[in-house]
Amino acid sequence: MRIARINTSETAANGDEQDLRLLDPIIAKHKGKKGNLIPLLQGAQELYGFISKAAFDKLSRETGIPLSDMFGVATFYAQFRMSPVGKNIIKVCHGTACHVQNAVEITESLEEMLKVKDGETTEDRFFTLESVACLGCCSLAPVMMIGDQTYGKLTGNEAVKIVKNIRLADKN
Amino acid sequence: MVTTVTVGLGSCGIAAGANKTYDKIKALKESDKLDFELKKTSCVGMCYREPLVEITDETGTYLYGEVDADRAVEVIEKHINQQDPIRDYIVYTDMFDAPENDFIAAQVKIVLRNCGYMDPESIEEYQSRDGYKAIKMISEGKTSREMVIDTILKSGLRGRGGGGFPTGLKWKFAHANKSAEKYVICNADEGDPGAFMDRSVLEGDPHSVLEGMIIAAYAIEATGGVIYCRAEYPLAIKRLNIAIKQAHAKGYLGKNIFGIEGFNFDIYIKEGAGAFVCGEETALIASIEGERGMPRKRPPFPAVSGLWKKPTNINNVETFANIPWIIIHGAEAYAKYGTEKSKGTKVFALAGKVRHSGLVEVPMGMTIRDVIFKLGGGIKNDKKFKAVQMGGPSGGCIPEYLSDTIVDYDSVNATGAIMGSGGMVVMDETTCMVDVAKFFLDFTCKESCGKCTFCRMGTKRMLEILDRITNGHGKEGDLEKLEELAYQIKDNSLCGLGQTAPNPVLTTIRYFRDEYEAHINHKKCPAKVCRPLLTYKVDEEKCTGCMVCLKNCPVKAITGERKQKHFINQDICTKCGVCFSKCKFESILLS
Repeated sequence: MRIARINTSETAANGDEQDLRLLDPIIAKHKGKKGNLIPLLQGAQELYGFISKAAFDKLSRETGIPLSDMFGVATFYAQFRMSPVGKNIIKVCHGTACHVQNAVEITESLEEMLKVKDGETTEDRFFTLESVACLGCCSLAPVMMIGDQTYGKLTGNEAVKIVKNIRLADKN
Repeated sequence: MVTTVTVGLGSCGIAAGANKTYDKIKALKESDKLDFELKKTSCVGMCYREPLVEITDETGTYLYGEVDADRAVEVIEKHINQQDPIRDYIVYTDMFDAPENDFIAAQVKIVLRNCGYMDPESIEEYQSRDGYKAIKMISEGKTSREMVIDTILKSGLRGRGGGGFPTGLKWKFAHANKSAEKYVICNADEGDPGAFMDRSVLEGDPHSVLEGMIIAAYAIEATGGVIYCRAEYPLAIKRLNIAIKQAHAKGYLGKNIFGIEGFNFDIYIKEGAGAFVCGEETALIASIEGERGMPRKRPPFPAVSGLWKKPTNINNVETFANIPWIIIHGAEAYAKYGTEKSKGTKVFALAGKVRHSGLVEVPMGMTIRDVIFKLGGGIKNDKKFKAVQMGGPSGGCIPEYLSDTIVDYDSVNATGAIMGSGGMVVMDETTCMVDVAKFFLDFTCKESCGKCTFCRMGTKRMLEILDRITNGHGKEGDLEKLEELAYQIKDNSLCGLGQTAPNPVLTTIRYFRDEYEAHINHKKCPAKVCRPLLTYKVDEEKCTGCMVCLKNCPVKAITGERKQKHFINQDICTKCGVCFSKCKFESILLS
């Protein structure tokens, strides 16, 4: 069930360092409009990369939408995150075409290299490893996407090499 | 005549590096002051040959395949500067026999008529290819709403999102319900893993979808339009936004469109937030309204009470893309293609273990075998064709011996699979059917919205049983239990997700029962996929003693000295597969 994706231990991180004033234009744009809840949450996430407890509070206070409604919607959709993410999000495709061409190996190799589990962020907050349903590049299966760049026809070793190179390039 | 060089910049092309190719050609053109026009287009369907570059000169049209930046330099130098086409790289041309000529010739392009043939970001190019001609014909000929609906009815077009409900009938219902406010929604929430038809249409020909929606709006007297598009398709959203802006500037959206008095219609894009169940129409409406995307009971159908409780018509991307063509060419021209009950063409996304992954559009009635072997080029690495999965998580696996089934709604349904939106994932002898069933059930289990108990709990229980089977703990009676649960879930779920979720399991049990039995009774995985059922051994002939597997083994089950044969202790081995993937000499054997 969709609710299973909520991890209570890290749900809605505090977000003390966030500048909540940035939310004002988004609230002004959507306040009072019907069907505004999802665009509000999408806007907040675009600003901070995730939706913090403080952001939830502010959105609810100023739009009058109950916190429970907001949380209900935010936990329903895969797009919304309630904890901070790494600088680079590695999306490993687990669509059907990728699955039958061993996408599992890619996730496992990256898990081993980054020392995180699927869905987690590395300690230095540089990478977040994620599985996604389908990136729509089935002809290049198995694929992964980092930022805007898609990498196709991968093996576990190649994926590890690409990720290592990104970290190296950042250090230089 | 000006020579044109066109680079394919669909998502698949870009993923294969087409941007680098484009930049390289652009740099060459500028630095050497070359005389040709450089253009962009989208995906022509030949994803397996990306990046693609098409050169049209006085002599004809030549499509070059696998043009990376280096090859681009070579092609420009030879073809443009020396007027000497490089035959070895040409994959399609009307001038001589090229390797992919058949791939194009066997298709009938109605939906994909513009994809890969024009710049999707140019409304002028769309217009030069009969774009916005259909709606103009309607306005100039003062065609009545009833006539438009009648044409669509007569064409026999059925919903391409997978349901297969007659589109004309849907419009008729929405038209019959009078209201000052009505909506047209385009369902672009293409969530099936392994399907990318709608993405290609939106990226390659966004205006045809807009025009289809405008015609639908005219027919049912709609006042507002929404395109509900997956957020995972950023390029499609970008190009749709450009198209909407252009249509506005030309007055094709807005007030009194095409001079039709009182025809006011506007379209906006709603980005989905990632939930497969939102492909279901009532869930999709809930999501646009800002709620959790949970389906509700029908009736009332959206044609009576849809978005904001107003009459609403929802069609899929591919359905809308068909509409302008049908209006221009007539219902008879469309109904000429296809079978008795399924008219026209269907777009399929071929993927998996097939040589030519890509997008094809074929007339209904072609056999599945022809799609896979004639268009798809057969199975990769000359492996044996085992099954094809159609319809994604709602569909099923059709075995090789039924591959002479023709593609139309009713024939595919008879196999237990569904036509679905058009994903065709090809599987070979190295694909384990139990694992595939588990994969889909894992997907539907996670995506179940949780409203109906049978779907919420039933899929979970089925997944647990499949997990056990693939882990070597299958028991007698498991198959019967799976089937019992499957029928209960099908019968007692509210929406399409639950009603079809057990299909992948039911079809694989029906056609590949022996594979399930091998897992349960003999604890063997014939396709060598389910790791807990495999034994890892070192091939003593091939092992070089490089120690890579030994160093990487997480449980230290491998022993051996440098340059000596290694040995895997089966009592310690956890079958994680690390040695197999790390070995560079293919000397780890699976049995």
